[in-house]
Amino acid sequence: MAYTRTDRALNELRPMEAKVGVIKNARGSAMFKIGKTIAYAAVYGPREMHPKFMQNVERGTLRCNYNMMAFSGSGNRVRPGPSRRSREIGLVTQNALAPVIDLTEYPKTVVDVFIELLQTDAGTRCAGICAASLALADAGFKMKDLVCAVSCGVVGDTPVVDLDYSEESYEGGAVDIPIAVIPRTGEITLLQLDGVLSKEQLQKAVTLAKHGIDKIYEVQKAALRAKFTGGK
Amino acid sequence: MGKLLVEEKAIVVPGDFLAEGMDYLPAGGAFRENDKVISSQVGVVEINGRLVKVIPLAGAYVPNRDDIVIGRVTDVSYSNWFVDIGYALDAVMSLKDGTTEFIERGAELSEYYGIGDFVVARVANVTKSKMIDISMKGPGLRKLIGGKIIQICAVKVPRVIGKQGSMVGMIKDATGCQIIVGQNGRIWVSGKNPEDELLATRAIALIEEKAHISGLTEVVKQFLDSNKGAQ
Amino acid sequence: MIPKSYIQALAKKNTRHDGRRFDEFRQPVTVEYGVSAKSAEGSAKVTMGDTVVVAGVKMEFGQTYPDTPDEGSIMVSAELLPLSSPEYEGGPPTIEAIELSRVVDRGIRESKALDFKKLCVRSGEKMWIVMIDIYPLNAAGNLFDAAALAAIAALKNARFPKVEDDKVIYKEPTDVPLPLSFMPVSCTVFKIGDKFLVDPTRDEELAADARLTVAFTEDGDICAMQKGGDKPLLQNEIFAMVDLASLRAAELRKSL
Repeated sequence: MAYTRTDRALNELRPMEAKVGVIKNARGSAMFKIGKTIAYAAVYGPREMHPKFMQNVERGTLRCNYNMMAFSGSGNRVRPGPSRRSREIGLVTQNALAPVIDLTEYPKTVVDVFIELLQTDAGTRCAGICAASLALADAGFKMKDLVCAVSCGVVGDTPVVDLDYSEESYEGGAVDIPIAVIPRTGEITLLQLDGVLSKEQLQKAVTLAKHGIDKIYEVQKAALRAKFTGGK
Repeated sequence: MGKLLVEEKAIVVPGDFLAEGMDYLPAGGAFRENDKVISSQVGVVEINGRLVKVIPLAGAYVPNRDDIVIGRVTDVSYSNWFVDIGYALDAVMSLKDGTTEFIERGAELSEYYGIGDFVVARVANVTKSKMIDISMKGPGLRKLIGGKIIQICAVKVPRVIGKQGSMVGMIKDATGCQIIVGQNGRIWVSGKNPEDELLATRAIALIEEKAHISGLTEVVKQFLDSNKGAQ
Repeated sequence: MIPKSYIQALAKKNTRHDGRRFDEFRQPVTVEYGVSAKSAEGSAKVTMGDTVVVAGVKMEFGQTYPDTPDEGSIMVSAELLPLSSPEYEGGPPTIEAIELSRVVDRGIRESKALDFKKLCVRSGEKMWIVMIDIYPLNAAGNLFDAAALAAIAALKNARFPKVEDDKVIYKEPTDVPLPLSFMPVSCTVFKIGDKFLVDPTRDEELAADARLTVAFTEDGDICAMQKGGDKPLLQNEIFAMVDLASLRAAELRKSL
């Protein structure tokens, strides 16, 4: 059975919105919205790292924390506090961003990235990574490139990009594949997969993702520039 | 052989291509990858012959030897002061570097500078793992009495100072305030009354917000002129 | 960064470091509704100067309490997100977050603006619990007032979800608002030296000796109070602070 979308094409992302400098207390910050998923990210540091034994004498450490606001889920209230899922997302987010950021000027310190989801409609870890990448750039850290993340996958039998919640939970079965990419080099820094699909379907889905990554890259760059050109 | 891909004063972001070919050399927030010069930070492009420089518009303070900084004393031990200079780890000032006077061993160090005091100091040494020693032996280095401290982004300090101190000089003249600008982005403002100090604070905030535009001096001058009258 | 001594010295001279009057709120005070409309039953974002707070309402069925079998209830939580300030760390709620949530709770609960009886589904069995979660996005002083305003705005924005076969269908909101007969509003007055001021920046909060949060009904009656800080207040000071809070709360109510 072929799955079809009513609101957009199979290879099309949901409408996006991005803004930087939204949290004044932070060194850098950003809001990234894709469809109805809204993520905020704030960067603090470099600051002293505790516990001391975790300090790296050669470079600073990136530490990412992901959290969903209690009212951000589609059903019941989400109980506050870290869950196993949110801790895993924090780790994969960290691994998605670490390859691009240069913290050799800040040995023994930690750079904390906090991601909060205000509203969720699938693609949350990807939105979090997009927001975090913007926040790090907004903070002025040296980066090889930005990092873009989007989900791709298969709904029913149809390869798609940027699944929303109804697609992720599609009755006929769905495969959800969040991917993060360094756009300039095409290197993949996050890859997870949930579901059953053939190698050919995987190929098609990933191709759709790469196209989506380019769109996200444009939105991110525009947001960073807008801080300085919008005001004039 | 080479090709410039951006113009002077362009706003660039990490990953932007600035130039192609081995002729061009990266500086500031730019780096070379194979035959391309690429931006590593959000910043403004400055081109000097073959040098393609990105002047960052954000970034944490990185202490360098001889920086003049404004620090806050966080702790006092038997032979050292610990001072927060806006870097992740506190700097250390030893007994012998506290002042040009001779301080005896066993003296009560907090009588010179106590916890919470603000001081103007010089970065004497930075080790590879960023352990920082500061000194207050030198002209102009002293404890700050009164006034208020403003924190701005360290990378914008050159804009606040201006060419040969012209920008900060303009603010001092317009507000009658004493102003000391630390390389770490901490600025001490002390005036005859709170209104003057507030005007100086607002002028500095304006510079921080518009650090990337050209003609900033004129914008600040107009701001000072139109608000001075309101006092 | 502004030292306490500077703030206190300015207060003696009847000024504030940002030039405001003692009774002036930072501008703009804005309220945006439905910021998490897809997931929350009600939500709002409040800004007071640089302080930004969001609040959201989720509604669930619960077992009625034995001492109030004909009533539903509310539950207010606040989390001081490390995202919003370098002062906050992750972890279990701090006492500051707990005090904030309990003060906001009392301001709403004790005002009786929300009719708990209309939140009862089946006497002695089932009730609606209205859960309000408050999060600062940028904590720049005066969280008490911003949080209280965000919470009541989220309640105003809230709509009952659809119920079918005794189950909540979250995806389908009705257009039935909560039984909220008026908007209680809080204002916190801070004492610095012998001066009283409202809407402090963070530096001003740290320089204050004590604070008094007062919640008011629409008619101007007091429905909740909380004194904070570890310095005492004299009786005449308390009444002066209540007067100031009353005027400012009436102003704040206009933003809703």
